[in-house]
Amino acid sequence: MGRKIQSPRAPQALPPSGQSSDGLPAKIDRRGFLARGAGIAGAAAAGIAPQAAAQDATAVPPWMQTMGTPMRGYGNPSKFEEKVLRVAASGYAKVTPGAGASRTPLQALEGTITPSGLHFERHHNGVPTIDPAQHRLMIHGLVKKPLVFTVESLERYPMTSRICFVECAGNSGPNTVNPKPPQATAQAIHGLVSCSEWTGVPLALLLNEAGVEAGADWLLAEGADAAAMGRSVPLAKGLDDAMLALYQNGERLRPEQGYPVRLLLPGWEGNMNVKWLRRIKVTRGPTHTKDETSKYSDMVPGGKALQFTFAMGVKSVITRPSFGGKLAGPGFHEVSGIAWSGAGRIRRVDVTLDGGATWKEAVLQGPILSRSLTRFRLPWDWNGGQAVIASRAVDEKGSVQPTRAAWLAEMAQPARYHNHSIQAWEVAADGSIANVFI
Amino acid sequence: MYSYKSAIAGAVAAALAAACATTSEETRTPITGPALGRAATAQEIAAWDISIPPSGAGLPAGSGTPTQGEAVYVAQCQACHGEKAAGKPADALVGGIGSLGTAAQIMTVGSFWPYATTLFDYTRRAMPTTKPQSLTNDQVYAVTAYILFLNGIIPENAEMNAQTLPQVRMPNRDGFIDRSGVPR
Repeated sequence: MGRKIQSPRAPQALPPSGQSSDGLPAKIDRRGFLARGAGIAGAAAAGIAPQAAAQDATAVPPWMQTMGTPMRGYGNPSKFEEKVLRVAASGYAKVTPGAGASRTPLQALEGTITPSGLHFERHHNGVPTIDPAQHRLMIHGLVKKPLVFTVESLERYPMTSRICFVECAGNSGPNTVNPKPPQATAQAIHGLVSCSEWTGVPLALLLNEAGVEAGADWLLAEGADAAAMGRSVPLAKGLDDAMLALYQNGERLRPEQGYPVRLLLPGWEGNMNVKWLRRIKVTRGPTHTKDETSKYSDMVPGGKALQFTFAMGVKSVITRPSFGGKLAGPGFHEVSGIAWSGAGRIRRVDVTLDGGATWKEAVLQGPILSRSLTRFRLPWDWNGGQAVIASRAVDEKGSVQPTRAAWLAEMAQPARYHNHSIQAWEVAADGSIANVFI
Repeated sequence: MYSYKSAIAGAVAAALAAACATTSEETRTPITGPALGRAATAQEIAAWDISIPPSGAGLPAGSGTPTQGEAVYVAQCQACHGEKAAGKPADALVGGIGSLGTAAQIMTVGSFWPYATTLFDYTRRAMPTTKPQSLTNDQVYAVTAYILFLNGIIPENAEMNAQTLPQVRMPNRDGFIDRSGVPR
């Protein structure tokens, strides 16, 4: 990788590129993302020293001199973390407010599990309010016994848990569509990825009960939302590691994540993990729904489009330091980030501190799970000079995260989905951080 | 009621371990669960099954023409998709045929969508967004016909129904490269 760096030292307004083809705004609302994403939590997460230390360290703090608040039925984060929020955007706000997305504040989080309330959202016509007592799941099509399941009956099946990420195929869109690096947080650029522990019933159990007919090779999965969102899934995935997820991080699914039951396809693009799942039709061949033809397909040079790109590419991003934070001064800083691959486990993450001239292998924090976020860390003794930092992940198949230029070169422009290229941040001498393309 | 456990508990446990392991390359043992689903009736399946593949299988009775569809479009669609489906505030549905792969690429139903059945399927399940699944099958056929007509794909008097719609050949029918890995 060369050292040619497209650097926007002064944050500039994003080009008015309008909305992308899947309804997500390609430009970024600076006020929304920056002000909220880089607030208290962003500052804390970026390792900034508190501006005002306690004036008198000998005094007994007031919270030790009054009774604390009593117990409560469901806990919330500290009020001092109230700015750690998803940030929503909709390309169709005027006509279909529920069609859009909200992004996870990656720069404010640590570890690998996304709090359920901060898991990114992508809806095509809002979040339905589903009474689990009335919800039904039908499995039919090329099966010997078409079946209907209640949610109560699904709860009685043998369950399994696994930790895995879900990533929208449109993630990192701001880096895809803008010719100059958008000055925006990790949340605004890459916040359409989240990771949870999911618990539910292996889909293979139900498919085997229904009895798949010979000749069947695909499924059609459909949601009970106001878009009746549907996607085709190869039968082999349904019989492999697909799950009907009922629980997320120990509690029942959040409505935004498909309550009462969603399809979970570990490692595969988010849109296929159909929420509010109501129907699985076993088919011969794919159904070619709207969201697997006109959307979530990628034009390549020559005028044709790649269809059915399922497994998300190997990817990583440094979450701290990152845009919105500011290093307090020279000395020790930990470089911390997340890496993931739809093809399996992360094998290695390399980090550059000099714009790609040299790379150091980061420490992977266990457990390193297949198709899950993996946290990587690298200690950094910052000398106070300008530095460009970036991470490059390698997965167990040997696939290497590409540069932005290399990835874009494989796509017709404007590219749309599946951007898994390297994210670089430029640290200035004053500690401020900018998004740069390397 | 838990008799299945004693009978197949071992098999379930073993198969679960296989089915839910973190690698996807292992061989799976066919397994069954506690069989708590009830039989779906033919009426239920007919009422629920709204997906239409390129073959047209499952298309309902009914029909519509572009002329009939224009009235449906103006009443139900135009507020979001614009006059004659030119777009704004929602997606344009017309234009761009032949533009794919050029600098002036425009992706619409006419220029990009490979199958007319998808237009019927999506309109019936999701449109209008303010009241999805409210159109009659005749209305869906008609407005589908109108969009195809505006794109110059069918003539103004062409009737769309369960027989004719799957026969419509979209301009970008062969414009996709299947990366699923599933044998055709």
